Amino acid sequence: MKSFNFKSATNTKEAAKLVSGRATFLAGGMSLLPAIKLRLAAYSDLINIKKIKGLSGIKVSSKSIKIGATTTHAEVAGSKEVGKSIPSLAVLAEGIGDPQVRNRGTIGGSIANNDPAADYPSACLALNATIHTSKRKIAADKFFKGMFDTDLKKGELIESIEFEVPEKSAYAKYPNPASRYAIVGVYVAKLKDNVRVSITGAGSCVFRSIEIEEALSSNFSPSAVDNVNISSKGLNSDIHASAEYRAHIIKVMTRKAVSSC
Amino acid sequence: MAVINIEINGKKISKEVPDNILLSDFLRERLTLTGTHVGCDTSQCGACVVHLNGNSVKSCTTLVADCDGAKITTIEGLASNGKMHPVQEAFKKHHGLQCGFCTPGMVMSAVDLLEKKKNPSEQEIRDWLEGNICRCTGYQGIVAAVKDAASKM
Ligand SMILES: Cc1cc2nc3c(=O)[nH]c(=O)nc-3n(C[C@H](O)[C@H](O)[C@H](O)COP(=O)(O)OP(=O)(O)OC[C@H]3O[C@@H](n4cnc5c(N)ncnc54)[C@H](O)[C@@H]3O)c2cc1C
Ligand code: FES
Ligand code: FES
Repeated sequence: MKSFNFKSATNTKEAAKLVSGRATFLAGGMSLLPAIKLRLAAYSDLINIKKIKGLSGIKVSSKSIKIGATTTHAEVAGSKEVGKSIPSLAVLAEGIGDPQVRNRGTIGGSIANNDPAADYPSACLALNATIHTSKRKIAADKFFKGMFDTDLKKGELIESIEFEVPEKSAYAKYPNPASRYAIVGVYVAKLKDNVRVSITGAGSCVFRSIEIEEALSSNFSPSAVDNVNISSKGLNSDIHASAEYRAHIIKVMTRKAVSSC
Repeated sequence: MAVINIEINGKKISKEVPDNILLSDFLRERLTLTGTHVGCDTSQCGACVVHLNGNSVKSCTTLVADCDGAKITTIEGLASNGKMHPVQEAFKKHHGLQCGFCTPGMVMSAVDLLEKKKNPSEQEIRDWLEGNICRCTGYQGIVAAVKDAASKM
């Protein structure tokens, strides 16, 4: 593997100082290390953020759940509090990759990476999340910019992700049978003020479906999407599924999510 | 380079290692613990699974530098006093292996499951072994072995 220096930060200030130049943060390494091995990325320094106190853990209130950036997928999946107030979020975490990926991979790493087929970005959009960083608060709607692209500035560290507790919600994923990444994943949430529906895996970046949101706002039932027209324009076509197939699966997964709400 | 202190299979070691060395390469090449296999080296096959502080992880996607102060168990650390671990016994009994390449990772993964869950269902076993690929057995013997081992642990 290409060489780099490994440094551990013990607090966020130190992390910010160390991450200058061609350095980057290292969380679970489940996306970063494969990318370095495949020579898709190269860095002078990896700044380990897992030793920063207070960056991991789950805080629950009646209105929101705040999850620290270095909390692992396994911790979210196994959290009784998450299971009680936003069960769909625990289900999502349990469906990421495999147990070994879940034991290392973190929520902060997942959303910073913003893989077009990753699961957590859909939860952030549907549950109207706020991303707390070392510099500011970012609304999920403004955070996910494009394929592997976010609103994060160089050296900006995600500290936690705060999800709104919905009245009801569900996530339905049609996974790639090998990697478990989403071929199409649909997150449906009925919040206090509105219905939000986000879709991952289908396009170059997670997105909200306004058509489905409108349909479900007037009639929150699986059949509400029957007459919604999902265009395949701009959706991904690859060896796993064509754009037309993905457009079809979006409706199938939406019905599945709504009926398990 | 940095000096790393880790405990591997109950033995404390202190070694100077390059910052970019993977746990899988460290175990196999520096410690000659070649029981841990490297199948894909791309985080997908699970042949390299070891336990890090009691959780199964892919050693091909873990830096040794990131394990400073940790406790690691590899397939070599499972048997005690010359007696195989119940999961190893069960793999032997139920033909849970053919070529044996996937087996160390499969066993380490299964042990992690059984340490966390007493009597998993067949579906839970299959879901848990999602990250372990076997090209030989067709998985039936493996699942039977894990089920049998569960009743003995
Ligand atoms: C075999 C396999 C299967 C997988 N299957 C799935 C799946 O089904 N669904 C899914 O969603 N994902 C899947 N993943 C990806 C997995 O969820 C990763 O854990 C995740 O994408 C990255 O998290 P990490 O903690 O490992 O981050 P790292 O790999 O350490 O980092 C990823 C990127 O995020 C940056 N970063 C990390 N933390 C922060 C932070 N706090 N602030 C700012 N930047 C940060 C890093 O600098 C890096 O650029 C899979 C991975 C593998 C190897
Ligand atoms: S060698 Fe590590 S997962 Fe295949
Ligand atoms: S026994 Fe040959 S790969 Fe599993």
